[in-house]
Amino acid sequence: MKTFDYAKADSPEAAVAAVGTGTKFIAGGTNLLDLMKLQIETPDKLVDISRLDLAQIEEREDGGLTIGALVPNSDLAADPRVVEHYAVLSRALLAGASGQLRNKASTGGNLLQRTRCYYFYDTAMPCNKREPGTGCSAIGGFNRILAVLGTSEQCIATHPSDMAVAMRALDATIVTLKADGDRRRISIHEFYRLPGDTPEIETVLEPGELITHVELPAPPKGNQIYRKVRDRASYAFALVSVAGVLSVEDGKIASASFAFGGLGPMPWRDAAVEAALVGKAPSDAVFEAAATALLADAKGYGSNDFKIPLARRVLIACLRDLTGAAS
Amino acid sequence: MHFTINGQSHEVEPDIRTSLLDLLREHVGLTGSKKGCDHGQCGACTVLINGRRVNSCLTLAVMHQDDDITTIEGLGTPDNLSPMQAAFVKHDGYQCGYCTPGQICSAMGMLDEVKKGWGSHVSKDLTNPELTDEEISERMSGNICRCSAYPNIVDAIREVAGADA
Repeated sequence: MKTFDYAKADSPEAAVAAVGTGTKFIAGGTNLLDLMKLQIETPDKLVDISRLDLAQIEEREDGGLTIGALVPNSDLAADPRVVEHYAVLSRALLAGASGQLRNKASTGGNLLQRTRCYYFYDTAMPCNKREPGTGCSAIGGFNRILAVLGTSEQCIATHPSDMAVAMRALDATIVTLKADGDRRRISIHEFYRLPGDTPEIETVLEPGELITHVELPAPPKGNQIYRKVRDRASYAFALVSVAGVLSVEDGKIASASFAFGGLGPMPWRDAAVEAALVGKAPSDAVFEAAATALLADAKGYGSNDFKIPLARRVLIACLRDLTGAAS
Repeated sequence: MHFTINGQSHEVEPDIRTSLLDLLREHVGLTGSKKGCDHGQCGACTVLINGRRVNSCLTLAVMHQDDDITTIEGLGTPDNLSPMQAAFVKHDGYQCGYCTPGQICSAMGMLDEVKKGWGSHVSKDLTNPELTDEEISERMSGNICRCSAYPNIVDAIREVAGADA
């Protein structure tokens, strides 16, 4: 690990003021330190935000929840309000990582996790995300775990988070404090960027911008599900995951919200999926149409071709469960 | 820097890059916590920070100067084993023993999480789940045992959990 300057912040304002060139905030550190040991991340300075007063979950007047950026993943998953009203989020968190990691990993940090693409982690190999302009080793390489949606010729990495997939299905908003002291609210739908020609830029956050909170709107109507398919039963990243929220009224799907992990460079959501469902009576034909809408532009890279039929089946299985429709 | 480890104060000046695990092993002489992968994948380094289980390899020592850190050495001694240590001995919950300190610290933290009513990935009901063997396996999945002593580890944890209930 390369050495760095270290500063401990005692307020969000002090944290953003302490930012200089090559600065990273550190909270749980479970992903950042992993990457620093491998010299994939080489910050000049760490600003320790772990003791800021941002570890509460509060109810808002509109019925939603405001989650402090430092709430550990474990505590968020176990919060009675989350368990009761946002079960998809509890389930997604509990499907991720291990007990030890969930105890340390923060809400804000989880949103900013880096990909687990083998080549991003292998500093002996070209990677446009790690070293822009060097090329993508995954295209034409071992890409079994990588993306089939939203890829570019520069990068086919997947976003690894489970939590963020549920938050995308729940229409979360990310609240930040910028280096100049301004606050802003960013819809999770606008938060992540496609790789395009700049796969090293993953979010719309500006340098030195600090995530302070994540807001969930009032609880959605209907049933919620998180289903994750992976290579082992526990403690593995998703090959495909589905976060779904769906309500049925008068025999027809009244509302639907679906986000997907393991498929794209960001927690994936596609309005065409929901358009294929809302207003229709639940049936396998409708579910098939939704899956077709999701995967219309899917592109396999060889070893990950299997994800396309797998995603179709997992989505349809979730839709059957959510609507109570027998297969 | 000042640290509180197993109830004792320590003044040490490690390099800023020092992980909590390296602080324990290299600076304080507490070599019970083990370095397996050094990347949070194996759990051999698990310790309790303010009673919560964490991977000590994936956190900086400098960030834990205000915390109560408990390692395997703080749970029991060779002459006075903690109930979890005794249960691992009784049920042969290891072969080589390298992962054992992490397994035991993790099990202690895990049982505390169950007492708080935390659900897991395999819980049908996320409120007050029952601690079945499937639950123990899921909740302990962050601790790898290369010798695959898992059935005996589950036996040991089940016995201690039952005694607490």
